[in-house]
Amino acid sequence: MARVVVDPVTRIEGHLRIEAQVDGGKVSDAWSSGTMFRGIELIVRNRDPREVWLWTQRICAVCTMVHALASVRAVENALDIEVPNNARLVRNIISSSQYIHDHIIHFYHLHALDWVDITGALKADPAKTSQLAQSISEWPKSSTTYFKGVQDRVKRLVESRQLSLFTSGYWGHPAYRLPPEADLLAVAHYLEALEFQREFIRIHAVLGGKNPHLQTFLVGGMTTSLDLNEPQAPLNPERLDFLAQVAKSAKTFVDQVLIPDVLAVAGFYKDWFSLGQGPGNYLSYGAFPQGGIKDTARYFLPRGFILNNDLSKVYPVDPSKVAEYVTHSWYEYTEGNQVSKPPAEGETNPKYTGPKPPYEYLNVEQKYSWLKAPRYEDRVMEVGPLSRLLVAYASGNPEVKIAVDGVLAHFKVPPTALFSTLGRVAARALETQLLANHIVGWIEELRANMHSGDLAIHNGEKWDPGTWPKSAKGYGLFEAPRGSLGHWVEIQDQVVKNYQCVVPTTWNAGPRDAKGQRGPYETALLNTPLADPERPLEILRTVHSFDPCLACAVHVVDARGRTRARKEI
Amino acid sequence: MSLYEPLPEALEARGISRRKFVQFCSAMVAALALPERYLGAVMNALEKTEKPVLVWLEFQDCAGNTESMLRSADPPVADIVLELLSWEYHETIMAGAGKQAEAVLDRVVKQDAGKYIVVVEGSIPTADDGVYCTIGGRTALDIAKEVCTHAAATIAVGACAWDGGIVRANPNPTGALGLQEAVPGIKVVNLGGCPHNAANTAAVLVHYLTFPEMPPLDQYNRPLFAYGELIHDQCERRAHYDAGNFVEEWGDEGSRKGWCLYKMGCKGPDATYNCPTVRWNSGTSWPVKSGHGCIACASHRFWDAMSPFYKPLPKVPGFGVDVTAEEIGWGVVGGVAVLTAAHAVASAVRPRKAEEPKDDSQG
Repeated sequence: MARVVVDPVTRIEGHLRIEAQVDGGKVSDAWSSGTMFRGIELIVRNRDPREVWLWTQRICAVCTMVHALASVRAVENALDIEVPNNARLVRNIISSSQYIHDHIIHFYHLHALDWVDITGALKADPAKTSQLAQSISEWPKSSTTYFKGVQDRVKRLVESRQLSLFTSGYWGHPAYRLPPEADLLAVAHYLEALEFQREFIRIHAVLGGKNPHLQTFLVGGMTTSLDLNEPQAPLNPERLDFLAQVAKSAKTFVDQVLIPDVLAVAGFYKDWFSLGQGPGNYLSYGAFPQGGIKDTARYFLPRGFILNNDLSKVYPVDPSKVAEYVTHSWYEYTEGNQVSKPPAEGETNPKYTGPKPPYEYLNVEQKYSWLKAPRYEDRVMEVGPLSRLLVAYASGNPEVKIAVDGVLAHFKVPPTALFSTLGRVAARALETQLLANHIVGWIEELRANMHSGDLAIHNGEKWDPGTWPKSAKGYGLFEAPRGSLGHWVEIQDQVVKNYQCVVPTTWNAGPRDAKGQRGPYETALLNTPLADPERPLEILRTVHSFDPCLACAVHVVDARGRTRARKEI
Repeated sequence: MSLYEPLPEALEARGISRRKFVQFCSAMVAALALPERYLGAVMNALEKTEKPVLVWLEFQDCAGNTESMLRSADPPVADIVLELLSWEYHETIMAGAGKQAEAVLDRVVKQDAGKYIVVVEGSIPTADDGVYCTIGGRTALDIAKEVCTHAAATIAVGACAWDGGIVRANPNPTGALGLQEAVPGIKVVNLGGCPHNAANTAAVLVHYLTFPEMPPLDQYNRPLFAYGELIHDQCERRAHYDAGNFVEEWGDEGSRKGWCLYKMGCKGPDATYNCPTVRWNSGTSWPVKSGHGCIACASHRFWDAMSPFYKPLPKVPGFGVDVTAEEIGWGVVGGVAVLTAAHAVASAVRPRKAEEPKDDSQG
């Protein structure tokens, strides 16, 4: 029996620590801890609600734009503002390109090295790698010479003894199972994906001025005015052509590189279709409005939740049923540690009671994380691409059904295989493809509007704070690439009185609650086999399958107008 | 096709083609505003066979500077992290985790003491003994002190590492500070911006590898080549300011014609950065080109000092000249040029007016 600690968990955003109890070569219990706190919700208080999106966007840049969108939606909801159709389209294009970009970086740069042994690539036969590549895809970069070039590059790195980013990987670990040719193929695509992501995200530069941290959102719309004839218009035919062209290149990359790679890699690790199962409850707020924001029935990805892995029923979401526990989190509630509080009435008084740094182990019987534990009607929920796909699948979305059934048939596994580490990986890849198929349509809709003379991009009726009620409350929901995201705002006398966020990784990486229910990471890690507890590669596989983002996850809420918490410590 | 063409010895060992390499070095010489004759020196420095070690630390961050680095186009990020340098520690993208990752940092600090480069991203919490950010059970402050004091060069990227950034904005719940203040006594080069622009950071790294010293710095230890000029003076919409053509409402005719965003709160006249010329994402765009005003994200303590972001600057910056942009815009074109030029000089010698309240930097 041993305690295994992974801190820092790398290839994620932010600061995450996993402690695991290992018995007989398997994880018998696990604890997930966020180890960084900033308090951005306190910082945005008393500021102009119209600019809070600029602030909250800085919660995270790996998930750039998601906190900007949730924020403008929250303020628009509070002030009852509808955005013009063109603004909806620009937001859909920005969001869907964020999904595509984020998911591709996740697979190749954050997750792949859990499955791919870079040093394996040295043993590969470039000719056989070429055959393998050509057998799974039409992607043109597949010649023997090409793979030989990549292999030489890896060789030079290894021979120089300066392995750079790859210095401390678990190379040679017995849980790596790819043939050398697949390793080499994956390394080549790791490098190609680095170039792809850089070129692809120029979509955000056009629509957002820059990436990360786009700068074109507005409460009421976007700044990206359209004009058919103005060369300096933020959006004109030339720039739309550019967007369409980049979007099409993404579809090619996803169809010919990402999807074949995910299928190929997963094929060698099929036992991971039965490992890493989460709580079995899946939540999605829904995303990509096809009409008004309130018309949730027409969202491209539907809203709903699933219980106990039962795909026969999708339940409707009521945002007021979200509540958070701090039983095992470094915060205090006035009513004590046993209650949960909905974000609209929440309070957060940070109070660190963990071991004094430097420390070796957390005291997991007590409080052990800067993350709270969000629950929906007291249930633990998993969020993210898998949840969205399952909700869409169970809702009968034909496009999703065909895609998911296709993957299940490919691997000859039942739908229950989706409730797993590889299920998350597959769902993320399928979702990338789904959006790569649709992004061009939104660009073309925008173009059609421009040609028809519909140029509205901002609803300015309530831009002037003088038009606002004395006080207003609202919330903005969104499905970030990593899962369900909600911002809650209270406006009073033209400034933010309170601001609260409940974000994807808080759902997934949060600690236990008052009932002792484990968070999704903690549950998913149970029974994970560890071939070598000194090098816990398998823990990383399951944790990375959720795509952790800790900067998002750690936050502060305080709806009671308390003075800042640290004065009370 | 092969990744790289055949090439001469030293370069071959580094996997960079001669053509690409010369191209890259020329771009760096230009970015740093060095005379052409320095091209040879830059190339010589970068051709060394042993790569300098770099470690990248992340504290109270959003990974925005990491993400920005990943967008580096010239040189591509793969060349920077695999060929120019040995990029051995960087939580967001490194292969190793947990104790194997920490062992790397430990080895670099001990074995390469006085030789490695450290890049810091994110602010450092100093309240309550630093419990608001720990990595491997150690506080950010503890790690920063150890790693930065043994480094040959320290670079703070992004607003948070420079001056505490958004985390330090009022009321600064965690006592966050920028690196220089959190670890006094070390020499830090600050690359402000939210995030930093990878093109500037690459240029600073190349300058350092070439000479080896940092490029000329301003009073905030920022490289002058990137932070020496007013946004307003470099702005593509400047002529509209001079002509009095302003966006008056979001989405109006002026916004479609690319008119000046001064009245919508643009902080360009009071901010320095090479954002309008270097731009973002392979030079594709920058906020003003996409229709939103500048928020002065490369200015000192900009979150508190430059907000509210939609409130127009009260007057044309300068000393005691009480005219609004509107008044000037209609006609006094020459006058504006003089005023803004005067401001450029003034802001280079004048400390920023909005200093933080005292209790803000506790810890």
